[in-house]
Amino acid sequence: MLFILILIPLLASGVALLMPSDRSRPWLLPPVAMAHLVVALIAIDRHSKARLGGWLWLDPPGRLVLLLLSVLFVICAVYTTGYLRYREDRSNRVFVACLLFFLAAGTLVAMAQHLGLMWIAMEFATLSMAPLIYFNRTARSIEATWKYLMIGSVGIAVALLGSFFMAYSAMGSGPPSLLFSDLMARATTLNATWVRMAFVLLLVGYGTKMGLAPMHTWKPDAYGEAPGVVGALLAGGLTSCAFLALLRINHVCCAAGQQQFTSHLMIFMGLLSMAVAAIFTLGQKDIKRMLAYSSVEQMGILMLGAGIGGIELFGALLHMLNNGITKGVLFLSAGNIHRSYQSKSTDEVRGAMRRLPLSGTIFMIGFLAITGSPPFGPFVSEFTILTGGLQDHWYWISALFLLLMLVVFIGMGRTVLTVVQGRPLPGRPASAYRDRLLTGLPLVVSLGLVLMMGTHIPAPLAAMVHRAAVFLEVHP
Amino acid sequence: MTGTINSLLVVVLLVNLFMLGASRMRGLIHAAAAQGVILSFMPLLLAARLDWIAVVVASVTIGLKGLIIPRILHKALRDAKIKREVEPMIGFLPTMLLGALGTVLSLVLAAHLPVVGHPVSNLVIPVSLSTILTGFLLLTTRVKAITQVIGYLILENGIYIFGMLLLAAVPFLVELGILLDLFVGIFVVSIIIHHINQTFSSMDTRQLTALRE
Amino acid sequence: MLINTVMHVVLLAAAPPLMLGLIQRTKAWLTGRKGPPLLQPYYDLYKLLRKGVVLSKTTTWIFRAGPMVTLVTVLLGGLLVPFGASAAPLHFKGDVILLIYVLALGRFFTSLAALDTGSSFEGMGAAREVTFACLSEAAIMLGLLVLIKFSGSLSLNTMLRAPEEHAFAMLPVASLMLAAVGMFIVLLAENARIPVDDPATHLELTMIHEVMVLDHSGPLLALVNYGAAVKLFVFAALFLHFVPPVPMGSPALNWAVFLAEMLGVALTIGFVESLMARLRLTHVPTLLVAASLLCGFGFILMLR
Repeated sequence: MLFILILIPLLASGVALLMPSDRSRPWLLPPVAMAHLVVALIAIDRHSKARLGGWLWLDPPGRLVLLLLSVLFVICAVYTTGYLRYREDRSNRVFVACLLFFLAAGTLVAMAQHLGLMWIAMEFATLSMAPLIYFNRTARSIEATWKYLMIGSVGIAVALLGSFFMAYSAMGSGPPSLLFSDLMARATTLNATWVRMAFVLLLVGYGTKMGLAPMHTWKPDAYGEAPGVVGALLAGGLTSCAFLALLRINHVCCAAGQQQFTSHLMIFMGLLSMAVAAIFTLGQKDIKRMLAYSSVEQMGILMLGAGIGGIELFGALLHMLNNGITKGVLFLSAGNIHRSYQSKSTDEVRGAMRRLPLSGTIFMIGFLAITGSPPFGPFVSEFTILTGGLQDHWYWISALFLLLMLVVFIGMGRTVLTVVQGRPLPGRPASAYRDRLLTGLPLVVSLGLVLMMGTHIPAPLAAMVHRAAVFLEVHP
Repeated sequence: MTGTINSLLVVVLLVNLFMLGASRMRGLIHAAAAQGVILSFMPLLLAARLDWIAVVVASVTIGLKGLIIPRILHKALRDAKIKREVEPMIGFLPTMLLGALGTVLSLVLAAHLPVVGHPVSNLVIPVSLSTILTGFLLLTTRVKAITQVIGYLILENGIYIFGMLLLAAVPFLVELGILLDLFVGIFVVSIIIHHINQTFSSMDTRQLTALRE
Repeated sequence: MLINTVMHVVLLAAAPPLMLGLIQRTKAWLTGRKGPPLLQPYYDLYKLLRKGVVLSKTTTWIFRAGPMVTLVTVLLGGLLVPFGASAAPLHFKGDVILLIYVLALGRFFTSLAALDTGSSFEGMGAAREVTFACLSEAAIMLGLLVLIKFSGSLSLNTMLRAPEEHAFAMLPVASLMLAAVGMFIVLLAENARIPVDDPATHLELTMIHEVMVLDHSGPLLALVNYGAAVKLFVFAALFLHFVPPVPMGSPALNWAVFLAEMLGVALTIGFVESLMARLRLTHVPTLLVAASLLCGFGFILMLR
C-alpha cells in the first residue's frame, strides 16, 4: 500500500514527461490526485504496516500530513487544469511533471522513518519546486528561484549534518543509527551534547524549509514570483512536511531528556517568526508577499504550539491542517486576482470584489479565516493553542501571541481591504480572465473545508489528530 | 590505517586553504573535484573488508564529484564567456585568515566535544567542521553564481567527512540518494545559472536585488 | 663522530652549487631543452672570482661586508642544522633561536648592502625582501614549534632529528605534513624560487633577490651566489626533517639516504618551477600567510 502511494504520482510524473500534447497533459492531474487521495485514505484507515525493515511507516503525525498533502493536491490539481489554459503560451511538460514528482516526494516524507531517507525526500520535494517557481521566466522569477535554491540547499545541508550528529550521539550504546525507532528505543543513552547540537542544526535546517525567521528570506521572493498554485503547495505542503520532520526530531530529543532545551528554542523561534512576520505585513503592498509573511507567522504559531506541548501540541497539529487548506484558498484566489489585474500590488489592484466577485470574496473570507476569525478552522486551532497556553500558565507568551496576531490582522487587513474594496482603477487594461468553473470550484470546495474545520470537525479526523498528539507526547 | 586517514584529512585541509586563496575559477573547480575524489576513497579505507557495493558507491561518487559535476561547472563557465577570475567580496587574504580562524575554532570545539564511541581518527570532526566553514565562506564571500555552487559542494564534502564516523548508520542506498540529490541540485542550479547569465549578461549575484522590502 | 663532522662540513661547503645545477638540469629536461652542464654553477663561480670588482662611489664598507656576512651566517646556520639522521657539528641548548637570528642577520646585511648603493631600484628589492621575510619567518618559527613540541627539546640537534628517532606509527603525521607543506613554501620563498621570485630573470617588476644584488660584481657576486646556494642547501636540509622520514640505519646509510633525499628535493623544486607560473607580487603575501597558517595548524594539532 505504501509503495503504491508513492508509485502513483511517480509513474504519473514519468507519463507527464512523455505525453506529447500540452492541451491534454494537465488533465492527467485530477485523476492521479484523486487516486492518490483514495489510496491514502485506505492506507490511513487500515493502519498500514511498516515496510522495508521499518523505514517506511505511516506514524500518526505522518498520516495527518499525508492527508493534508493529498487533499491540498486534489484542490490544486483541479485548479491547475484551469490555470494552464491561460498559460498556453509555453510548454507545461515540466510544470505538470514536477507537480506530480513533488507529490511523490512529499508522500515519502510523510512515511519516512529514517532521518536520511526523510532528508532525501525533503530535498527532492524542494528541488522539484524550483522549476515551478521559475515558470514565468522573468528576471524576477530567476532571482526568486536562485534564492530559493541556494538558501534551501544550504538549509537542507545543515539538516543533513544535524541528522548525522543525531546518529553520532547514539554511538555510545552500539552502532550509530538514523532510524527513528532505534533512536527512540535508545533515547536515554544518547549523548546529551550531541543531541542538543543535532537539534539546533535540524531546527535551522528544516526551519529554513518551513520558513521560520530569520531563515525565511527566500519565502516572500519565491511565493511572490511563483504561480499561485505553486505558492499554495509550498505554503500548505512543503512547510507541513518540514514541520512533520521537526515534530519527529523533537520527539526523539524529548525522549532523550532535552525537553526543556528544545521547547525553549522552539518557543523562541516561533515568537521570533511571528514578530518578523508582523513587522513585514504592516504596509506590505504586494499581496503574494503578504501571504508569504502570513505563512511565516503561521509557521511561528505551529512552532510555538509544538514547543509548549500538551494540549497546545494538539492545537498545533490541528492548525497545521487548517493552515494548509486556508493557504490553498488564499494563494489560489490571489493567483486569480493577479491573473486578472496582471499585477499584485495594491497600487494597481482595486475593487477585486467587483471585477472578480467569486475570487475577490473568497480572498477576503480567506484573510478573515487565516487571521483567526470565527467560524473558521484556524480560529478553533489558534484558540486551542491560546487556552492551552493560559491553562499552563504561559501568560506572557500568550499575551505576546495575541498581540502579534493582532498586528498581523491589522497589517493584512489594510492590504486585503484595499484590494477587494472600491472600484477598479480606470485606465488599467483588463485581461480576459474571469472566474470559471475550473479556477473557481477548487476555491469554493476548500473554503467549505475550512468552514467545516471550524464548525464541526469530523470525528475520525479529530481522533486522528488526537492520536498524533498522544503519539508525540513523551512521558518521562 | 589511522595514519593514512589522517594524511588524507590533512590534504583536505590543504585543499580548503587553497580554495580560499584561489583566484582562478578553473583552479577552484579542479580543487573541489580533487577534494571530492580524495573523500570518496575514504569509506573504502575504513571498510572492514571490501564488498562490491562499497566499491560501486565509491566509484559512483568519484565519477560524480570528480568528473560529471566539474564538467557541468566547466561548461557553465565556458558558456558564460565571463572573466575566469574569482571575484571576492572581501579579499583573498582576509577570507583565508577567516578560514584559518574557523579551522582553529573547529579544532578547539572538537577538542571540547564529548567523544562518543571509538572514532577512527580524532581529526574527522575538526576537519569536517572546518570544511563546512570553508564552504560557508565561499558561499558568502564570492559573488559569482558558480563560486557559490562550489561553496555548496565543499559544504557537502564537509558533511560527507562527518559521515565517515557513521558508515554503519548510513546505508549505501541512502548514500546514493544523497548523491543523487546533490547531482540533481547542481544540475538544476546550473540551468538557473545559464538563465541568470542570459537575462543579466553576467553571473554576478549582486545583480539579484530586485526582490526586497 | 669525527667522520660525521668532516662529512657535514665538506657537504656544506662543496655541494650547494651542485644542487643549483641539478635544479637547472631538471627544469631543462622538463621543458625539453638540453640545459647547462651539471657543474655549471661551479664554472660560474670560478669565472666570477677571476674578475675585477666595480664599486659605486656612493657605497661604503657595508656594501662589501654584505656578501661576506651573509655567507658567514648561512654557513654558521648550516653547521647548526643536522643533515639527515646524522648529528650536527655544533649543538647546544637553545640553538634554534640562534639559527633564526643568524639567518635574520644575513638578510639584514643583504638588505643593508642593497640600500647602501643608494639606488631606489635596489631599495625596492630590499623592501620586498624584508616584507616577505616578516611572513616567512613566522612560518619557520611555527614550523619549528611543531618539532619543539614533539621532542620537548630546544636544541636543533635533538628536535630536528626527533622524527627520525621515532617509529613511523608514533609520529604526529598530520602535524608534520601540514608543517612540511608550509616549510616547503618557505623554502621556495626564502630562496627566491618560483612561484615567489624568478631566479632567471632581471625584470624589475618581478625581482626580489636578484634586484638586491644587481650592483655586486666579480668576486663579491661570487660570494653572493655561493651564499644563496648554501642557503638553499641549508633550507632544504631543514625542510627534510619535516618529511616523514626513513628509519635510521648505519652512519653510511644515513648519509646515503640524506643525499638521495636532497636529490629528491632538487628534483621537486625543478618540477615546481617548470609547472608553475610566478605569482603576481600581490599574491605572494597570501601564499606566505598560507604557509604560516599551515605550520600553525600543525602546531595546534600537536597541542590537542
